[in-house]
Amino acid sequence: MELQTVKFYQTGTFTVGNRLLAEDERSVQANMDRTNSLNSGHRACQGCGEALGARYAIDAAMRATNGELIAVNATGCLEVFSTPYPETSWKIPWIHSLFGNAAAVASGVAAAMRVKGTPGVRVVAQGGDGGTTDIGFGCLSGMFERNDDVLYICYDNEAYMNTGVQRSSATPPAARTATTPAVGREPGNVFGTGKNVPLIAMAHSIPYVATASVANLRDLERKVAKAMEIAGARYVHIHVPCPLGWGSLPADTIKVARLAVESGLFPLFEVEYGEITGRTPIRRKVPVTDYLRLQKRFAHLFNVAGEGRVAQIQAIADRNIAKFGLLEEARTHG
Amino acid sequence: MDKPFAITLDVGSSLANKTGSWRTSRPVYVDRLPPCNHACPAGENIQSWLYHAEAGDYEAAWRVLTRDNPLPAIMGRVCYHPCETACNRGQLDESVGINSVERFLGDEALKRGWRFEPPARESGKRVLVVGAGPSGLAAAYHLRLFGHAVTIIEAGPLAGGMMRFGIPKYRLPRDVLDAEVQRILDLGIELRLNRKVSNILETMEQDRFDAAFLAVGAHIAKRAFIPAGSAAHMLDAIAVLRGMEGEDKPLLGRRVVVYGGGNTALDVARTAKRLGASDAIVVYRRTREKMPAHDFEVEEALQEGVLIKWLSTIRNMADAGTLTVEKMRLDDKGFPQPTGEFETLETDSLVLALGQDVDLSLLYGVADLVIEHGVVQVGANMMTGHPGIFAGGDMVPSERTVTVAVGHGKKAARHIDAWLRGGSYAPLPAHKLAPFESLNPWYYADAPKTARPMLDLARRASTFDEIVAGLDESTALFEARRCLSCGNCFECDNCYGVCPDNAVIKLGPGKRFEFNYDYCKGCGICVAECPCGAIEMIPETI
Repeated sequence: MELQTVKFYQTGTFTVGNRLLAEDERSVQANMDRTNSLNSGHRACQGCGEALGARYAIDAAMRATNGELIAVNATGCLEVFSTPYPETSWKIPWIHSLFGNAAAVASGVAAAMRVKGTPGVRVVAQGGDGGTTDIGFGCLSGMFERNDDVLYICYDNEAYMNTGVQRSSATPPAARTATTPAVGREPGNVFGTGKNVPLIAMAHSIPYVATASVANLRDLERKVAKAMEIAGARYVHIHVPCPLGWGSLPADTIKVARLAVESGLFPLFEVEYGEITGRTPIRRKVPVTDYLRLQKRFAHLFNVAGEGRVAQIQAIADRNIAKFGLLEEARTHG
Repeated sequence: MDKPFAITLDVGSSLANKTGSWRTSRPVYVDRLPPCNHACPAGENIQSWLYHAEAGDYEAAWRVLTRDNPLPAIMGRVCYHPCETACNRGQLDESVGINSVERFLGDEALKRGWRFEPPARESGKRVLVVGAGPSGLAAAYHLRLFGHAVTIIEAGPLAGGMMRFGIPKYRLPRDVLDAEVQRILDLGIELRLNRKVSNILETMEQDRFDAAFLAVGAHIAKRAFIPAGSAAHMLDAIAVLRGMEGEDKPLLGRRVVVYGGGNTALDVARTAKRLGASDAIVVYRRTREKMPAHDFEVEEALQEGVLIKWLSTIRNMADAGTLTVEKMRLDDKGFPQPTGEFETLETDSLVLALGQDVDLSLLYGVADLVIEHGVVQVGANMMTGHPGIFAGGDMVPSERTVTVAVGHGKKAARHIDAWLRGGSYAPLPAHKLAPFESLNPWYYADAPKTARPMLDLARRASTFDEIVAGLDESTALFEARRCLSCGNCFECDNCYGVCPDNAVIKLGPGKRFEFNYDYCKGCGICVAECPCGAIEMIPETI
């Protein structure tokens, strides 16, 4: 009888762990001894995607570097909720300076390690989309262009959530924020332009750029681990839903992130030295409405005023799917 | 205090901040009842034995399985698997092949010679089981494990009941039946063959039995009045099938007509084919949709060349073997009504497969019995109106399948055991059902069912070889791993991974998880992302 090559759930990789897999085949998050770099007691909202994404990424980086890691943090939600003086949730060496200079501080820390003669100690810089795509953008571009030995991780929740949901350059078209209210002839955020920092990072021809999602842990951990194996400037951009800012249910954080990926609105891809070298195919394609409807920031799209906008957003998703080949080699993997 | 410039407080951990106080509802781990377990007439804990089979620990799986059912190799062949009909995976791609994994475990046990653990101590009580069919054997097995001395008295020459004298060999090879029966008897159960109990009270008195379980089955063929010539060759289905077990096979001729629409009718028609009949025709008075036989049996019979005449009744049979058949039509209520149109059918023999009645003669003189529609009425505890006499299987109101009979045997054994101890058996309250909606199917990859290889049609029509083959180790493992583990944690680590607050504590292999309510904010991501629906949100009471 012909055997099937398709893998299936109980030894697959869709879940965090699996009792049937060998220890070394399991995810970092499945491990009882994971670092828990961002510990309990932090003050992030219920269902915070950023807190989850930060623990996923930093735990993976800790494993990849055998715990030899220093983190530099930009101002933002992650910094505020994790370190209200004098408490800290971080179980790793961690430094915060200003909103816009995380990349520069990280470059300095990396230089200091070199001077001190401890090149084994690696540096991660992290920030939200505001600290990365707006305020810290100049420092980030400089870090890329100098090819400093830093992994910069951007946790993208698509607005300034910490200060009350103001728009950033990462806010998606038509989204309602405190500064882009859903009123007038073109409600919500501006349509047609945008700032895709992963593609800008790619244009710097740095060794490694990747996008990741909290909805795909295996993919995220693999990309962070791969980044830590490479010297020079690296950039990982992680999509992290914000229940408060997006108006989604706290329990739906991973579901929302998953639908962003499956609809094609948040493509998962990898870039090495300016060339796209990998993409994570969509497993079960969904229309963008599945994603939009779960979020109050898009509620106006489903009124009379929003007519036509949904089709335009679907066109964006379709363009991403075509551009990155997200439906190619659509295979059952797992 | 010696602190750096501008620092006035010691560095503290955020663990001091008990964010659990934010919570308005809390997640709790639950076990829900998987639909397969719920549907199993024998009360098997299917999800639980599949859990062990998934890990390749087939002996552990078999031991869990046989806590409820001592006949897995038989069950894996003859059960109509309502578990698979109920299986949630059916709504995803195809139901898990539970029946084929069960058969694999049963065959593996026979191959490896796994035995049942004998009872730890003897109770000193003696229980009589009348009838060595599936119900009697199951009851004897469970009663023996409770420590009672068990004697089975069987009227027939061999144990097995309808499994031997009703189910053809091509569905249940006799070596499998013999081996599973022997393994039960090896627990120290006495089997007396060729002994018909004619008076139950006398037999109990003579051998000082403390209780009795009656499972004599339904072996008397129902008759229909069909005017027939004196030389017309008319037989009943049970006699034909029983005759297959003896030296002299029944003589059916080249053309055989079977009257009836149940599984037995199809068994006889298929048997006739194998005995060399050129025509095997089933005559049934209603339509295929109304036929009590299982659809796959109809399908297999048709494949083997059995013909079925729907909406037809037999009016009479002439000496020369000419049947007069009347066409029927269904009325508004679905009952067949005569149309007055007749046709004739040439046959060498007519086999009546119109159902079976119970031989209740052993119960003459027993007080307080209730018999309705030819079967013995029993309470929820399987006890007849007469204290100490229990009954099950085909002789009580039931669906009359092997699996139901095995379930009766188990249930009766528990109640008999409790009754002998002067108490009563109260089953644990069942968990809430785990419906498909409680699962998160995203985490289950597509994996279609593994089909069991079938014997070539040419050989099926001419030999009594078993027609459905078993799975091998790799395919059985694959099939077991298709289980979604509905409503029961299988340690996928999802809750442990997806908690933004590290508020899930992993306790280690086999120990599952625990919530740390000091820090759980009650976001509910763990509930939403649990693949198998084993976490529930409940409101906090403040």
